[in-house]
Amino acid sequence: MSPSVCLQEMIRVIRGARTQGEERGVIQRECAAIRAQFRQADNGGRSHNLAKLLYVHMLGYPAHFGQMECVRLIASSKYSEKRIGYLGAMMLLDEKQDASLLITNSIKNDLSHSSQHVQSLALCTLACMGSAEMCRDLAPEIERLLKASNSYIKKKAALCAVHIVRKIPELGEMFTPSAHSLLSEKNHGVLHGAVILITELCERNPDNLKQFRKSVPELVQIMKNLVTSGYSPEHNVAGISDPFLQVRILRLLRILGRNNDAASDAMNDLLAQVATNTDSSKTAGSAVLYETVLTIMDIRSESGLRVLAVNILGRFLLNNDRNIRYISMTSLQKIVQTDHTAVQRHRGTIVDCLKDQDASVKRYAPSQRWHIDTILHVLVTAGGDVRDETVPNLIQLITAASELHCYTVHKLYRALISDIVQQSLVQVACWCIGEYGDLLLKGECEEITPMQVTEDDVLDALETVLQSHMSTPTSRGFALTAIMKLSTRITNNVDRIRSVVSIYGSCIDVELQQRAVEYNALFKKYDHMRAAVLERMPVIDRNSSGQTNGDPSVEPMKEFNQPKPVQGVLIQEPANQVCDLLDLLGDSNPPLLVTNDHTSTAPNSTNSTSSNVQDNLLDLLGGLEPTPAPSVTVFEKGGLSLKLQCDQQTETSTTVTFTASNSTQSDITGFNLQAAVPKSVQLQMKAPSGDLIPAQGCGTVTQTVLLSYTNKANLKMRVRLSYSSQGTACQDMVQIDSFPSPAWS
Amino acid sequence: MMRFLLLFNRQGRLRLQKWFIPLSNREKNKIVSEMTLTVLARPPKACSFLQWRDLKIVYRRYASLFFCCGLEDQDNELLTLELLQRYVELLDQYFGNVCELDIIFNFDKAYFILDEFIMGGEIQETSRLCLARHMEEADAFQETVDEYEKNPTY
Repeated sequence: MSPSVCLQEMIRVIRGARTQGEERGVIQRECAAIRAQFRQADNGGRSHNLAKLLYVHMLGYPAHFGQMECVRLIASSKYSEKRIGYLGAMMLLDEKQDASLLITNSIKNDLSHSSQHVQSLALCTLACMGSAEMCRDLAPEIERLLKASNSYIKKKAALCAVHIVRKIPELGEMFTPSAHSLLSEKNHGVLHGAVILITELCERNPDNLKQFRKSVPELVQIMKNLVTSGYSPEHNVAGISDPFLQVRILRLLRILGRNNDAASDAMNDLLAQVATNTDSSKTAGSAVLYETVLTIMDIRSESGLRVLAVNILGRFLLNNDRNIRYISMTSLQKIVQTDHTAVQRHRGTIVDCLKDQDASVKRYAPSQRWHIDTILHVLVTAGGDVRDETVPNLIQLITAASELHCYTVHKLYRALISDIVQQSLVQVACWCIGEYGDLLLKGECEEITPMQVTEDDVLDALETVLQSHMSTPTSRGFALTAIMKLSTRITNNVDRIRSVVSIYGSCIDVELQQRAVEYNALFKKYDHMRAAVLERMPVIDRNSSGQTNGDPSVEPMKEFNQPKPVQGVLIQEPANQVCDLLDLLGDSNPPLLVTNDHTSTAPNSTNSTSSNVQDNLLDLLGGLEPTPAPSVTVFEKGGLSLKLQCDQQTETSTTVTFTASNSTQSDITGFNLQAAVPKSVQLQMKAPSGDLIPAQGCGTVTQTVLLSYTNKANLKMRVRLSYSSQGTACQDMVQIDSFPSPAWS
Repeated sequence: MMRFLLLFNRQGRLRLQKWFIPLSNREKNKIVSEMTLTVLARPPKACSFLQWRDLKIVYRRYASLFFCCGLEDQDNELLTLELLQRYVELLDQYFGNVCELDIIFNFDKAYFILDEFIMGGEIQETSRLCLARHMEEADAFQETVDEYEKNPTY
């Protein structure tokens, strides 16, 4: 290969290499040639050689021997050589390399070059990789250029100054006067650079804040001009005039208005104007609105403006664009800590967003332990104000988090013994102690400091609740039942329990009396059943208890543990309690019953969304066991069989699960189901679990389909299966006219 | 400010890298490999934003290339999407229907355009027209000087 092959040719050869080894060979030869060329004095192909080296560097190969060449090229008088030399410097040299200091002098000379293009190269390189020493050396030059008459140079000098201030904050005072005067520029590039410079100066030094607060009216005026100006093709992005500049100005206003009433007042009108007039149908507008919201929430704005800001975020939550929903979630999370009342009305949409399968969006769905901790914290601080449903919701959440039972009961016990004022906390604590008392008595729990708890201690705590005048009748009921449950979980103090229970047999409170009498009977006549009756409860399926108001197969004893029938469906009524947002995350475990209300408010409820939404959330909260329903084989051919199973049937909807299995010797790939239903039926197909069915029944593919209809008689479905089996593509059709009913209904 | 901008294709081959903070080669390579792995593993309809270490990562796919940048806490992610869009438009305007091959074979030009658009991690020019004009002028300047050098007229 000729040593002076051009850049393009070399790239072609490298790309033509068929193996990694071949590529390495080519590159080694090229580098050797380039090195030889560098050693030769003055030849015409220097810039080409450096360019080749830079390409090789980008592929990941060492290129340090090019550093000196960069220095040499930068010092050249030819523009083409300077251009590639500076590029090389930015790629190969950084402030950690000694060679970087060598270019300081060249940069200094080039900053005063007659051609603005050369000046621009120097400025760009300094801003990109200038070390602290270089910055100190060249700061006066930059300050001089800030006053230049050429806006091309001014804007670059401004950003160079930003870099210098970041490296050496003390040099900031050198640029403060110039920064101020730059605000009166008309050129957007210069204005943009000036705003960034002022932002940087204010962030580094609070004295600058005071000084630049005086510029707030000027900044407000610039923003107003941008917002109300007509269409300008140069700066227009999707109907917004220069969103980049707008966002930077808003960010600066945020810093200036923070903790300062006067400055905040001066910008109130502008912020209201921007918030109402900006068109957010495209990303550019949304970006401006987002920055506006952040600014409103951070300065001393009036409450009307804050409500407006939160409403904007609420609107964002309903946006089709995932990115905008993510942004609104992150912002709302920051805001809910300080301004929760404003956030509450958007609870419903926040919940729907939590169903989004995207991990970034779901990041805000907390871990179980965080969830439980947070709700406990709420109960401890303001338990008196939470909704009544918090108690059964939390209980249900706790039962589902089986690995956290020990941790939870310990935490609740400690909360209980310190304070029994908060009734909801008391109720949840009593219930847990009753259920998981044996874990409490074991004493050890990984996630919490160990504390020895004796049976007497536990019974004392529960009796305190029972006897305290602060306890409501409901709480006393909880406590009594908990005491009773402990009779099967403790060993020594069963007599104590027996006596407590018999005492309350003559209690004036009818509810307590009834319970006590029944428990007494359990001790006396039905002692042989006591253990079975009081054993650990299974994970509560809120949905079924809501629908059937207590499954008839459940013991009447256990029913007492849920004082109110739980409404399984999401309730969208407005709330007025503390941190309802968090409580609502308990609601976010949707029952498998998907009512029409629920699907219609989901922001993105098309067929293509989230595969098995319910499955994911169920995973999050430990999973509910589905009640087994009969499955019917609807299709069987050549080893592929498709079964159908109906769950959760109501008068107007059914959830159908298809299960495909493969008994042939080879895998079935590309498995795909399509379904069609009559016009009176609505169909929603969830994403399948996969498209590969392993051979010999080693695995299955499942797909859930939700059907809603007005008349069950009309329910029919035609399903088309397409798949590849043993190399051939197949397609089959099956008509389903009758659907099996689930075991219970 | 933006800390870095990376362009890589679906096979993880790096096509452009711009760093606005000083890092050793080892650290740079580590970040590049982590970024490529993380971004390439994301499902196609996923959100364009993700949190990585203490940075906000914004990425978008244009044809066969992923444009990925690392932002600091105060930066506006939605605006950065607009920034990436603007950069792609500039490339498109310069190369005429830009594709990955243009960026491979003319990576130096891609860098020059980037250096006219972003400096020190911040945008330096918000006007498309100005930027296109500056690039033309710079290229013309380079040609004139080269021409002059080749054929001195005296």
